Amino acid sequence: MDFNFTEEQGMVRDGLSRLVREQYGFEERRKAIASAAGWRPEVWAQLAELGILGMPFSEADGGFGGGAVDAMVIMEEFGKGLVIEPFLPTVVCAGGFLKHGGTAAQKEEHIGAIVSGSAVFAFAYAEPKGRYDYADLETTAKKDGSGYVLNGHKAVVIGAPWASHLVVTARTGGERRDRSGVSVFVLAKDTPGVTTRDYVTVDGRRASEVFFENAAVGADALIGAEGEGLALIEMVTDEAIAALCAEACGAMKVAHAMTVEYSRQRKQFGVPIGSFQVLQHRMVDMYTAYETAVSLTYLATLRLGSDERTRKQAVSAAKVGVGQSARLIGQEAVQIHGGNGVTDEYAIGHYFKRLTIFDSEFGNVDHHLKRHVALA
Amino acid sequence: MNLEFTPEEQAFRDEVRTFIAENYPKHLADFGMREDMAREDFVAWHKVLGAKGWSVPAWPVEYGGTGWTPTQRYIWSEENARVNALMPLPFGVSMVGPVIYTFGNEEQKARHLPGIRSGEVWWCQGYSEPGAGSDLASLKTTAVRDGDHYVINGQKTWTTLAQHADWGFFLCRTDPTAKAQEGISFILVDMKTPGVEVKPIKLLDGGYEVNETWLTDVRVPVENLVGVENKGWTYAKFLLAHERSGIAGVARSKRGVEKLREIATHETLDGAPLIKDFDFAKKVSQLEIDLAALEITELRTLAGEQAGKGPGPESSILKIKGTEIQQRLTELTLEAVGTYSAPYMGGVSNDNGSNEHPVGPDYAAHAAATYFNMRKTSIYGGSNEIQRNIITKMILGL
Repeated sequence: MDFNFTEEQGMVRDGLSRLVREQYGFEERRKAIASAAGWRPEVWAQLAELGILGMPFSEADGGFGGGAVDAMVIMEEFGKGLVIEPFLPTVVCAGGFLKHGGTAAQKEEHIGAIVSGSAVFAFAYAEPKGRYDYADLETTAKKDGSGYVLNGHKAVVIGAPWASHLVVTARTGGERRDRSGVSVFVLAKDTPGVTTRDYVTVDGRRASEVFFENAAVGADALIGAEGEGLALIEMVTDEAIAALCAEACGAMKVAHAMTVEYSRQRKQFGVPIGSFQVLQHRMVDMYTAYETAVSLTYLATLRLGSDERTRKQAVSAAKVGVGQSARLIGQEAVQIHGGNGVTDEYAIGHYFKRLTIFDSEFGNVDHHLKRHVALA
Repeated sequence: MNLEFTPEEQAFRDEVRTFIAENYPKHLADFGMREDMAREDFVAWHKVLGAKGWSVPAWPVEYGGTGWTPTQRYIWSEENARVNALMPLPFGVSMVGPVIYTFGNEEQKARHLPGIRSGEVWWCQGYSEPGAGSDLASLKTTAVRDGDHYVINGQKTWTTLAQHADWGFFLCRTDPTAKAQEGISFILVDMKTPGVEVKPIKLLDGGYEVNETWLTDVRVPVENLVGVENKGWTYAKFLLAHERSGIAGVARSKRGVEKLREIATHETLDGAPLIKDFDFAKKVSQLEIDLAALEITELRTLAGEQAGKGPGPESSILKIKGTEIQQRLTELTLEAVGTYSAPYMGGVSNDNGSNEHPVGPDYAAHAAATYFNMRKTSIYGGSNEIQRNIITKMILGL
């Protein structure tokens, strides 16, 4: 048992921490969100240069030999600065599908482009009526010659406006919600028949509704075996959840620190509000919620390589516990900031917004509590 | 970073598992703690461990510690929890022992540490007073120097299991003119000294776990002062931090959740096992998730200690979360047994001497008493509100 980070992981943390501190201030972030592009491609290029985008890939696949713990370190730093660039969909999700299910040719084609920063991916799994069930799919992929034809509507595809490529889940057989018959495809976003409606998310990112209308792809677009994609999707989304939890931990850490600092500065009744025990104990509960969230994030991350049941239990435990902590810390941070907490001008509200949306990504607290019960 | 045991750690686990299976007293197996049990039963396992050299794992090796890594200590508590082993009581091993080897003189170490290790000497804690609970520093018990002796007068309370105690460690005021925290001394008292009187307090569960301890003109030799006169508050705080670090009770709570699941498998609701009821199962899952978070938090703290950081204010988190979980576990167990939570069968401590077989299932007999008893956990060892004050000051810096 070992809770230490390696020297390399420490260096990655320091490098990213500096980048976020020096180049990703609140004002720069605000400007990027309001810009036409909605993100900062130059930051993406820097991440590629620093080796961040290649960190979780093996050296054989063209990466730098890191793993889930490296992704955790990276995502935590992104969370501290509310970084919006699509590391999660590109490196963790698409990268995960390629690592675990990709053919040599698919890896060859895509991993190098991810590592160099030239390809950006979005993961189109959610549907308007599917909620958090990855098998509840109305999108279909019909066999057509050697390839497939996709039809359907994918919901809230984070990062899709910036993406060059999509990873898409679709039904190739079976009935709606069947565990079998689910397949995963990788394709260029400019494939004919793919259209998007792009928009801004409440937490400052960009997303799209993605529509497929007889979009034809070749046989080489299929990742993994046809109709047997669900286990792969569960594995990759579990990895994504662990990484998201790390991001939430970073955001919670900063939200808590900002709140404590605010309570030191803000005076009412002639004294700093931080001198009131009623607020002190609430900030202690926030701190405890943060520490337990970190622990569950470690647990989920370190269990990603375990057997399926152990992995799912740990990941669901984390999504429940971190989700509850994120809700508590977000709401309390705003409350203790008083009126300033509900203004757009103060950074704290933006942390609150990110921590709020976190719960709805890849299954909320209720969903994962249910999964945890089912696994007992 | 990883959670796996090395081959050496797996071998260690096998070794301690075998040792426990072969040496844990058979008549106490899976019995847990009962305040009414005989003194020799309380210390039976402690004495076996003392002989083996395993009674004080966390102590420095030079004082009899085992030199185990945090992971080995974790394995040790897990393996003991598997059989619900009655571990050495904390008053000697986790409280006064570390104070003596850290702040005591050579004579005190030589005189007291062997008895703590072996389980021969039973210690009790004289901290709280009727008027000094959370505000411990307002304590009024006095120790007045008279030649080679201190003369102690006052009243202590909540003295756990003092009915069996040979020795006690007491906080006494030695300088009534100094600021509250600066006039307190840490004094060891032989409980057989004339003037020491222990009176039992009956608790909600019907048991006699704690006592009032009255001290009337108790003459104690000055060599029983630990460390420096009037510096006792420092040692008291040190002790409380040590007390808190073991207080999370993770391994024991994990065993408790297993038992809760067993009970909820036997109990039925609408003709199906209670554990199949989603509303109930959800509460059990939430408890397990919180317990998993606590377990990793404790392991992180232990890893920090190994890296040279003593038990710091982080141990307050373990105290708060650990006791909340222990209480929720007893609460869910009470809910699980349903109507059979009501019959009074003499409580955790059977004060009517009855040996009658309980009505209802065996597992229901102590559910209510245990629930009542465990309300103490968020109150003792520095109440959970005091722990929040400590975190406010030491970690948040407010």
